[in-house]
Amino acid sequence: MILLSLLVATAVAIILLRDLFAAVMLSGIFSLLSAGLFVVMDAVDVAFTEAAVGAGIATVLMLGTLTQTSTRERPAPRLDWSALVVVVLTGTALVIGTLDMPAYGDPTAPIHQHVAPAYIAQNVGKQSGRSETDDDDFQGHVPNMVTAILASYRGYDTLGELAVIFTAGVGVMLLLSGLPPTAGDTPETNPAESEAGVDA
Amino acid sequence: MGLFNYWTVIVLMMVGFYTVIARNNLIKTMIGLGIFQVSVFMLYISMGKIADGTAPIRVQPSAGHEAIYSNPLPHVLILTAIVVGVATTALGLALIIRIREAYGSIEEDEILEMDRNS
Amino acid sequence: MKKHSILRVVAKILIPFVLLFALYVQFHGDFGPGGGFQAGVIFAAGIILYTLVFGLDTAREVCPKRVLECLVAGGLLLYGLVGTLGILLGDRFLDYSVLADHSGQHIGILLVELGVGVTVAAVVVSIFFVFVDRGRH
Repeated sequence: MILLSLLVATAVAIILLRDLFAAVMLSGIFSLLSAGLFVVMDAVDVAFTEAAVGAGIATVLMLGTLTQTSTRERPAPRLDWSALVVVVLTGTALVIGTLDMPAYGDPTAPIHQHVAPAYIAQNVGKQSGRSETDDDDFQGHVPNMVTAILASYRGYDTLGELAVIFTAGVGVMLLLSGLPPTAGDTPETNPAESEAGVDA
Repeated sequence: MGLFNYWTVIVLMMVGFYTVIARNNLIKTMIGLGIFQVSVFMLYISMGKIADGTAPIRVQPSAGHEAIYSNPLPHVLILTAIVVGVATTALGLALIIRIREAYGSIEEDEILEMDRNS
Repeated sequence: MKKHSILRVVAKILIPFVLLFALYVQFHGDFGPGGGFQAGVIFAAGIILYTLVFGLDTAREVCPKRVLECLVAGGLLLYGLVGTLGILLGDRFLDYSVLADHSGQHIGILLVELGVGVTVAAVVVSIFFVFVDRGRH
């Protein structure tokens, strides 16, 4: 597919570029192309989130980091052979692992047979003896199945994910809210510099 | 062949993996980690697609038969994974800023050199 | 960037629509693609655009630090409270059926997604402000 080949070309270009600004821009394009690929594969919620988060937030944060560090990478040694060997071995192992998988788009694959039809019909949790009316759990249906699973059937996972976002926010605020080191200080001679604490 | 999609995604994964382990610049490492994460998501989502299916949003059944929906369960897992990925990226970038302030450089070998000498 | 009049005018016209779209995505998460995370990120993107065009000090007046910190914690707290409400009303943790007679699931999902959206928006805006602040010194 055209999208996949564009993705591979973008990824290879990101490795080879030395200008970090261009590399960050290409990574934003990579996220947007992958969002397009997700739409082709019928995952509209995931495409929405990937476009907003990958092409939006991650690119903005990386540009913010680039303003405080250098924008050119030092030229690396031409090819790292040990890393290449590791990468090729891992790739071969993964490809051998996929030889047992069902074909792409096969409706009789095992993952579509057990839990997913119950979630799609939103039948889980309906107990006929418990409520007077038939539609006590999920009045009718919640049309967006992904939201129904995310917020109700897998509510614990979403709670944990929210806690992860919370922790990341607190962590970044702790890391970057102290006083930055003044010019002419080395960390050894000024131990009380950036641990001055979070300003209120 | 029905497996070609998976192999292309594995090639992308390996490109990202190589960027993480073979490049010295820390920001390149973060970008490579992002490529790796997105290709893992693509692997999962392509496992969930059903041929002739549609997006998992319920439509009124027409012409007497139910529509075929793609499997929504991988979508939910990947949604969580995307958000966790951006949280990790934000923390990593904050650490890169602090490393730059402490060592003056963001190339890995220079940082290890300074650690060995001090 | 305040001196560039095209940027300023277009940003002033577009930012209310971005925020409105974020609210739309939040509350229509049940019926179409969307939900808490997407809405939070889009809302934060609107605030980030405002910061880029008008400067960090003006944006700090719109979103003061105390308010952002309270919102970051408040969303997670809302989620936990909805879950605990399930226990208080006699059923399991995070069971929404007991919240109302017929549409307990809908109300539960709405409240929970609201908590998610609020926390995600506040966290992303806070992270961006902290990044920019560090770079100014």
